[in-house]
Amino acid sequence: MQRLKTAMIEKATALLTSGEVSKVLGWKKGELGFDVEPAVFTSVDSLVDFTYDAFCGANLSKYLVEESKKEGKILVFLKPCDSYSFNQLIKEHRIKKENVYTVGIECQGKVDPYKLKENGIEFVTDASETVDTVTVNGKEFKKEEIILGKCLTCTKKLLSYDDVISFNEKREPSLDRFEMVKKLEAMTADERYAFWKDQLSNCIRCNACRNVCPACTCTKCVFDNDNSGIASKANSDSFEEKMFHIIRAFHVAGRCTDCGECSRVCPQHIPLHLLNRKFISDIDRLYGEYQAGEDTESKGPLTNYTTGDVDPSDVFGGK
Amino acid sequence: MKKIALSNIDLLYKEIAGAQELYLPVKVAGATNFKKFEDGVEVDIKSLQTVKSAKDLFFPQSEDMMEFKTSGKSIEVIDARKKAEPFVLFGVRGCDLKSFEVLDKVFLAEPVDTMYQAKREAVTVVTLACNNPETSCFCKVFGVDASNPKGDVQATIVSDEMHFEALTEKGEKLLSSLKCLEDCEGKGVEEEKAQIKEKIDALPFVNLDLTNFKGENLMELFNRPEWEELSKACLGCGTCTFVCPTCQCFDIRDFQTNAGVKRFRCWDSCMYSEFTKMAAENPRKNQMQRYRQRFMHKLCYFPSNNDGEYGCVGCGRCVKKCPQSLNIVKVIKKLGGNK
Repeated sequence: MQRLKTAMIEKATALLTSGEVSKVLGWKKGELGFDVEPAVFTSVDSLVDFTYDAFCGANLSKYLVEESKKEGKILVFLKPCDSYSFNQLIKEHRIKKENVYTVGIECQGKVDPYKLKENGIEFVTDASETVDTVTVNGKEFKKEEIILGKCLTCTKKLLSYDDVISFNEKREPSLDRFEMVKKLEAMTADERYAFWKDQLSNCIRCNACRNVCPACTCTKCVFDNDNSGIASKANSDSFEEKMFHIIRAFHVAGRCTDCGECSRVCPQHIPLHLLNRKFISDIDRLYGEYQAGEDTESKGPLTNYTTGDVDPSDVFGGK
Repeated sequence: MKKIALSNIDLLYKEIAGAQELYLPVKVAGATNFKKFEDGVEVDIKSLQTVKSAKDLFFPQSEDMMEFKTSGKSIEVIDARKKAEPFVLFGVRGCDLKSFEVLDKVFLAEPVDTMYQAKREAVTVVTLACNNPETSCFCKVFGVDASNPKGDVQATIVSDEMHFEALTEKGEKLLSSLKCLEDCEGKGVEEEKAQIKEKIDALPFVNLDLTNFKGENLMELFNRPEWEELSKACLGCGTCTFVCPTCQCFDIRDFQTNAGVKRFRCWDSCMYSEFTKMAAENPRKNQMQRYRQRFMHKLCYFPSNNDGEYGCVGCGRCVKKCPQSLNIVKVIKKLGGNK
C-alpha cells in the first residue's frame, strides 16, 4: 500500500508541476488514523497531507460533479468501484470529462472503522496490508473480518483511465453479492416486512445515503423542494420512512453501480444497498446481466426500449 | 446508596416500567438508541453511546403542535400537544446530561417552549458513569466529568453490580420506591471513578484549546480561509446535526390531511440547502457557509450569548458518524489548536 501511495504522490506531483492539472482529488490524513477525508489538493506542498491507505473507503466520483465544472483540470484517483460511478456520471452528462484526468488505482478492500472498533481498535497508529490481510497497530486481521460490507462482495475491475497505478494485486470477493437478496426473497412477505420495519425504524432521515449516492445528482431533490408538496422533513407515520427509501431505490434502479456508499455512510447501519441489489438482481434476471457504469456509452436496460423487452406477463404470468 | 447485580438488572427495568414509562438504550437491528422499555426488547446498557442522543425525549424528531379544522367559514384550532406523563430516562451519559443544560438555555429562556418544558419537568434522569470512554470522547474539554455525571440519580457499574446514588428529591423518590434494590455502602465506586478519570486524561482529544473561541474573535474566526478546506468534503447531509445532542434547530410545517391541517415541528439542519431560505433570498449559498455556521454557532455565537457556555459537549458522535470524517475536533484543532 505504501508503494501505491508513493506512486500516487509522484503522479500528482508530476502533473501539478507540469501544469497539466491544477488540482488533485484524493484523500487526506485524519486525527485518529482511520478518519481519512476526501480532499482537494491545489499545490505540491499541500500533498504532505495526502494519503492512500486501507481506510480510503469513500467514493470520490460524486465530488467531480461540482469540481469538474470549476476552472482548471483536476486529477482524480479512482478505485475500481469509484470508476463505475464515474462512468455512469459521464454517461449521464453530470461530469465535464475534458476537465478530469483519471488515474485508476487498485484496491483490495477498505477497512470498516466500526468493525475495527468492535475488535478493540479506536486509534490507528500504524497500518499495513497485503492482498488478504490488514495489520493495524501490530494486530493482523483477515480482510474478510475487517473490511466494509461493500468490499466483501466486490468483483469490480480496473476499467479504462488516462493512467493506471497497479501492482496487479487483486483480492477475490469473500461473498456472493446476491446472497442476502436471495435470503430476503426466500422469506414470507410478513417476515420480509418485519425485517425492513426493524431496519428502517432506525432511519433518522439525515439524507446521508442520498447525498453520498453518485446516482443521486438532481440539482434539487424533490424531497428538498418546498414546492413539491412532499418536502418531507417528518413522517406522518412509520410507513412513510420506508417509502422514502423504496422510492429512492426505484429512482436509481438501472443506474446504481452497487458502490455501496449508502450502507457505508448510514449512521444507523441500515443495509440500504440490499434494496438496490434486489433491483440489480431483477434487472439481471429480466434483461440479461447488466452492470451499470461498466462503460460510458451504452443505454441501460431501463432507459432503452427493445421489442425483446420483458413483459409484465413474463414476470407475473397471465396475458 | 443502593445497588443491584447486573445479572438481575431486568428486574429493575421491569419495576421502574411498572410504575412509569422507562426509556433507555435499546438495540434494534444492530443500532442502539433510547427507546421505551417493553417486554422482549434488547436493552444495551453497556454500550457507551446511543446513535441518536437523549434529546429526542424532550425534543422529538417530529412532534404535533396543533390541528386546524374548517367547517364553512369557521376554523377550529385544536391543541395537539401530548400531555407529558412522568417518565424515567435511564443510562444517560455525562455528555448527554450536559446537553440538557445547553438545550434548557434555548428552550426554557423566555418565551418558554412549553412542549419542551413539560417533558423536562416530567423526567427523572438516571445517569451512568462511562466505564470505558472512547478515543472519540472529549467531554472533558467542555467541563464534563464522565465519571461523575450527576442527574437525579447517578449510577456507576462496579464489576458486576450497578450502584445508585440519589442526588435530587426526584431521584430520592425513585430509588426509595424500588424494592429490587438493596442498600449498600457504594464499595468500589470511588475507585471506579478514579480509574475512569485516568482513562479520560489519556484520551487523544482532551487537550483541545478553546480559548480562541470567544465573541471578541467572531469576525476573525468567521473570515478564516481554512473554512474552505475544512468543509470541502461536506456532503450537506444532516447526520452531524441529527446525532448531535445540542443541535436544536427545528422547522414548523403544516401537513394537509383529509380531516384538516396538522401543524408539526421537526428537526431541521443548518447543513441543508433550504435551511435559510427566505422570501427574499437564501443568504447561505454554499456548503462552506453552512458548515461554518454550524461550528461558529457552537463555538462562538452560543457562548457569546450564554455566559461562555459552549454549544458542544464533546460527545464525539460527529467524530464517529460523519460519512466523510469531518467533525468539530478537526475544526477546533485547525482554528484553536491544542493546549
